[in-house]
Amino acid sequence: MSIIIDQNTRVIVQGITGRDGAFHTQMMLQYGTKIVAGVTPGKGGSTIEGVPVFDSVEEAKKKTDANASVIYVPEKFAMDAIIEAVDSKLDLVVCITEGIPINQMIFVYQYLQGKKTRLIGPNCPGLISPGKSKIGIMPGQIFKPGHVGVVSKSGTLTYEVVYQLTNNGFGESTCIGIGGDPIIGTNFIDVLSLFEKDPDTESIVLIGEIGGEAEEQAADFISQHVTKKVVTFIAGRTAPPEKRMGHAGAIISNGKGTAEGKVAAFEAVGVPVAKLPSHIPGLLRCK
Amino acid sequence: MKFLEYQAKDIFRQFGIHTPVEKLATTWEEAVQNALEIGYPCVLKAQVPVGGRGKAGGIKVANNETELREYYSKIHGMYIKDCLVTKILISQVIRITNEIYLSVTLDRNTRKPMFILSASGGMDIEEISRTHPEKILRFDYDLLIGLKDYQLKNQYKKLLQSLSIEKAPSYDSFKTLLRQLIRIYFDLDASLVEINPLTILDGSWMALDAKIVVDDNAAFLHPDLITITEGNNVETKQETMAREANLTYISLQGDIACIVNGAGLAMATMDVIKHYGGEPANFLDIGGSSNPQKMVNALRIIHSNEKTKAILINIFGGITRCDDIANGLKMALDTIQLRIPISVRLVGTNEKEAKNILSTIGITAFSDMDEAVRHAIQLTVGGK
Repeated sequence: MSIIIDQNTRVIVQGITGRDGAFHTQMMLQYGTKIVAGVTPGKGGSTIEGVPVFDSVEEAKKKTDANASVIYVPEKFAMDAIIEAVDSKLDLVVCITEGIPINQMIFVYQYLQGKKTRLIGPNCPGLISPGKSKIGIMPGQIFKPGHVGVVSKSGTLTYEVVYQLTNNGFGESTCIGIGGDPIIGTNFIDVLSLFEKDPDTESIVLIGEIGGEAEEQAADFISQHVTKKVVTFIAGRTAPPEKRMGHAGAIISNGKGTAEGKVAAFEAVGVPVAKLPSHIPGLLRCK
Repeated sequence: MKFLEYQAKDIFRQFGIHTPVEKLATTWEEAVQNALEIGYPCVLKAQVPVGGRGKAGGIKVANNETELREYYSKIHGMYIKDCLVTKILISQVIRITNEIYLSVTLDRNTRKPMFILSASGGMDIEEISRTHPEKILRFDYDLLIGLKDYQLKNQYKKLLQSLSIEKAPSYDSFKTLLRQLIRIYFDLDASLVEINPLTILDGSWMALDAKIVVDDNAAFLHPDLITITEGNNVETKQETMAREANLTYISLQGDIACIVNGAGLAMATMDVIKHYGGEPANFLDIGGSSNPQKMVNALRIIHSNEKTKAILINIFGGITRCDDIANGLKMALDTIQLRIPISVRLVGTNEKEAKNILSTIGITAFSDMDEAVRHAIQLTVGGK
């Protein structure tokens, strides 16, 4: 098993005719993801990589029985793309787009409450259940089916960690990038509880970074609800205060959101924190 | 995007929030003229986008033209936290009986705007939030209901109890003030709207200082605000070059320049350098979906920093294709005569193609990050 996506997930690509949308559609198809439709308003009727393009998500869903979508549209149109996917009652929408205004995400988050759609991201690399399906931009070849669940705020740092896992004989059940923005649809705790319930996930790697309190809340949740082994890494031990470190959410503000605080929160509940990404496999092996 | 005080107060007035009578001066002639119009005593306030102005000597009260000249010449041209003061606000003196703190910002836990209110405002608000958290009131703004009267009446009462005032502003005016702040927050796509101190004068609220920070992600919605705030960035030469080239760059103190794709990996790369005994010179995320020109720009920027002794390129290809990076590096090395050695690490999408391209220019790329970092540190030692 895996969480959230598997070989039966049927995916719509929103923004399929753009440079990134088209390239990653090709990559996802090569990986074996069931990409059943693309959406670009005004380009309905054409095909990209053999995938039929529609003018709206609703039409794409009706014609192809899709249950998920992935968004590659520019930040100006991303909020509307998320809302369209939610209104079409898809189970899952993964938003790759970076740079959506935070005040727009305040309203998107409210809009999602009580709806059936799960949002992953924005500003995220997507997710992959190795050997079954990948939705997003992760390089498929570095993943291997296995039993480690990975959840991370970052993209490329996640690849780094997975690369280390794979080189050390580990594989992944599912790997999820939840995104580096201050407001995201699915958080650490949501994913931790899914991994805890998933029989195929034996241990969990959590990759956090400076900013906000999501890691501290995850530490608290783990101490009460997670029985599986969890290993963490926190990026930004050397980050200066009051500087936004690339991700909109990665900022130490008024002394809050430091790496030290997050490391201490995990260590206080007995969750080991790796000093380097390359130490993670060793910590996973420790009993 | 950060506003200076006088720019934020312009916004405040547009939204109906009272401020003292004041006028900006960039020359001595303007300062004298403004002081004459406003009348003595008047306050000189350095306009810089950083905190701690008062403690740095950037705020002074002048009782006459002689004092005005003395303080003007001291403040104009001084540096406050690396910011050169060229603009001075000349302001009416307000007799302060109360210093209230009021702001609205994002509450990342509830994903809603949050008001922060305290009767103990002023220069030590950060200290108070640490030592006396109970003196700070926090309440969320509900997106459906808006301001809740029952809650607000309670906050209003608590605030008045902590103040010493003869004539209290009405509850309605308090609610209006909060409404003005939240309107600024949403209309400008701000991440922070702050009044510190807020005071009470003749039964009315008055903002003695103003701070507005607009979410950088929302810049495309506000081209007018970009124009207003573009001179306010406190930047190193490299940070300016990076902003113009659309790259995320933050200057640090060390000597190993880093070019990394992705913010998380860029932060982790800095951490790994430090772990092995090196010091990163910068944070630089060249982002995803990169075209070769980005690499050329990145190299030019880090190369302009004379403190660097080695370059570390760490790329894990996802949306970024390694061959784009390799082509960019090749292009860059054709145009820039590098004075410092380089350590390259490439893995991921189109890795093989990339390594083939690099081998034609005599660069062997590492696959392991720790190895590439240790090599870069050795290069800095070798260069001494």
